[in-house]
Amino acid sequence: MSTIASGPGAAGAPTDPSDVPGGGRGRGGVVWSVLRSRPQAAIGGTVLVLTILVAVFAPLLAPYGPREKVGPPFAPPSSAYPLGLDDGGVDMLSLIIYGSRVSLVVGFAAAAVAMLIGGSVGILAGYFGGKTDITLMRVTDYFLVIPDVPLMIVIAAIWGRSLTNIIIIIGVIYWTGTARIIRAQVKSVRERVYVRRAQALGASDSRIIFRHVLPQVAPLLVANTVLTVAVAIFAETALAFLGLGDPSLISWGRLIENAFVSNAITVDAWWAIAPPGIAVAVVILACTMLGTAIEDALNPRLRVGHLSVRRFRLRPLPAKDPQ
Amino acid sequence: MRGADYFLKRTLFALVTVFVAITLNFIIFRATPGDAVTGLRCQFCTVEFKDQLRAELGLDKSKWEQYVIYLQSLAEGDMGRSFVTREPVVDELIDPLLNTLPMIALGTAFSIVFGILSGVVAAWRRGTFLDWGNLSFSLLFYSLPTQWLGLMLLIVFAGTLPASGIADPFLAFTDPSWWDTFVDRLEHMILPAATIGIVLYGEYALIVRSSLMEALSEDYVLTARAKGLRNWAIVWRHAFRASLLPVATLIALSLGYLVAGAILVEAVFSYPGIGLVTYDAVTERDYPVLQGAFLILTLSVVFANYLADLLYFKLDPRVAE
Repeated sequence: MSTIASGPGAAGAPTDPSDVPGGGRGRGGVVWSVLRSRPQAAIGGTVLVLTILVAVFAPLLAPYGPREKVGPPFAPPSSAYPLGLDDGGVDMLSLIIYGSRVSLVVGFAAAAVAMLIGGSVGILAGYFGGKTDITLMRVTDYFLVIPDVPLMIVIAAIWGRSLTNIIIIIGVIYWTGTARIIRAQVKSVRERVYVRRAQALGASDSRIIFRHVLPQVAPLLVANTVLTVAVAIFAETALAFLGLGDPSLISWGRLIENAFVSNAITVDAWWAIAPPGIAVAVVILACTMLGTAIEDALNPRLRVGHLSVRRFRLRPLPAKDPQ
Repeated sequence: MRGADYFLKRTLFALVTVFVAITLNFIIFRATPGDAVTGLRCQFCTVEFKDQLRAELGLDKSKWEQYVIYLQSLAEGDMGRSFVTREPVVDELIDPLLNTLPMIALGTAFSIVFGILSGVVAAWRRGTFLDWGNLSFSLLFYSLPTQWLGLMLLIVFAGTLPASGIADPFLAFTDPSWWDTFVDRLEHMILPAATIGIVLYGEYALIVRSSLMEALSEDYVLTARAKGLRNWAIVWRHAFRASLLPVATLIALSLGYLVAGAILVEAVFSYPGIGLVTYDAVTERDYPVLQGAFLILTLSVVFANYLADLLYFKLDPRVAE
């Protein structure tokens, strides 16, 4: 990203007010500078990286195997197995650690699919405008209105339950938000002076898109993809809960489903239900914090609040008493 | 005049979306490689039975013929028969839909009221501990998987509130007054509605907060301050009104989530609504019912979005331009 940004297009950038954070270091640096300046982004990023490490080194970290029966069904938490056992007598902690693999793969792969579709549609619609724009946005609008989870359920029920299918289904459904946001951004980038200049100099559309437009919208695309990861993981748990997950794989969604189906509730085995949900919530929270922090940084308007005492020193009233 | 134009445009869009949904429904179920019968798994599914079923469903005709027949029967309100109960799909769907609506309405009302209150407080007290706490809570609730939250509520409130179904099966024998029936229904509704309400609350609070914060950074807020207006007047009369617009759009868009939430929550609490029908249809691979449920859910969302569009015009006539 930074190599593209250091090209001739970047020369016109410093006068550009939109890329405020990390402006001097190329737009690839935006993500990095956001991470450093915003604690919520740093926390989200760290949690995400840690989870990825856990997934990669799962066999080293997990105390037992993911299918190894180590005790009686629904044995409560003890020193040997800190999160207790599930209905098959398998260690919950090991299941959570192994389950992170499928959940993260689904999350990131589906988000990548969504980024590819949404990014392309957004850039094409925003850059070319006119009929292309109208057609693509109509399609996006229809997809936005059709409820996503029922559509996913229907497709998954018909296609069959495999990991690839689930990734494609989730990716194909969640590109609409990305497309709209990217389109809006591209529309404004297209009108900027340096893009006009490149056009006047006879640069081809593809050159302008890849060298001038894409680097400008890249941070936004990254932010949006991070947010889509959260949505995709959420969608995976929903599909798995409805019995549409890949039956041969362990994911957090399937652990919740398994606890529900095996009646963990009637025997009060909260330890079989709580951990996978908390794991999902932590990862979704991390993605949301990181994604929104980058988005916030890209939207400088939000930084001024005319009501806030601290940021805008016009108000003589004390903060305690609004009346 | 502009209003009539806008109204016409939105109506047309809603109608086309319905048509797209109906066609999509057809494509997914009939035009995929293999058909609904190929994937059917049951004890008595012999080749003859499958062929007979295909003939009955019209699957032996060409795709175009099938499409026309599908549209015709749909226009007559015929969605085929359930594979499992052999009853008409429409009959299987109407009662559950009526069961779902009050439950969802209760959950949504809860989340809109608390979401707006909490979002306004957070934006108003931006950067303070109150904002931080509000934000953390909303983010946390927003991150919880719906079905998981339902299961946790089920564990916590086991014994205090009814855990499944829509009514106490023994109540009917005691000749209950309408009030008893009402209370019983409400009790069965509380947990599923609360689950949906809590998750949506987080989302709405976040939306209201950021939307109001954006409105508070506008110049007219500065003008209002310069005029010496009180803070509550600035927030409620000026900024909040303006921020309602994006909130209305986003609430309309989250209606799709509401449908997803209903499916998950009703599966958890065995609440006999359209979500449970969908869940059962998925587990039993009852394609006609699944297809019908998908269509009904999509139509409800399209209709609700259409209403939101009209409301949007009421809130801000400028959208027609």
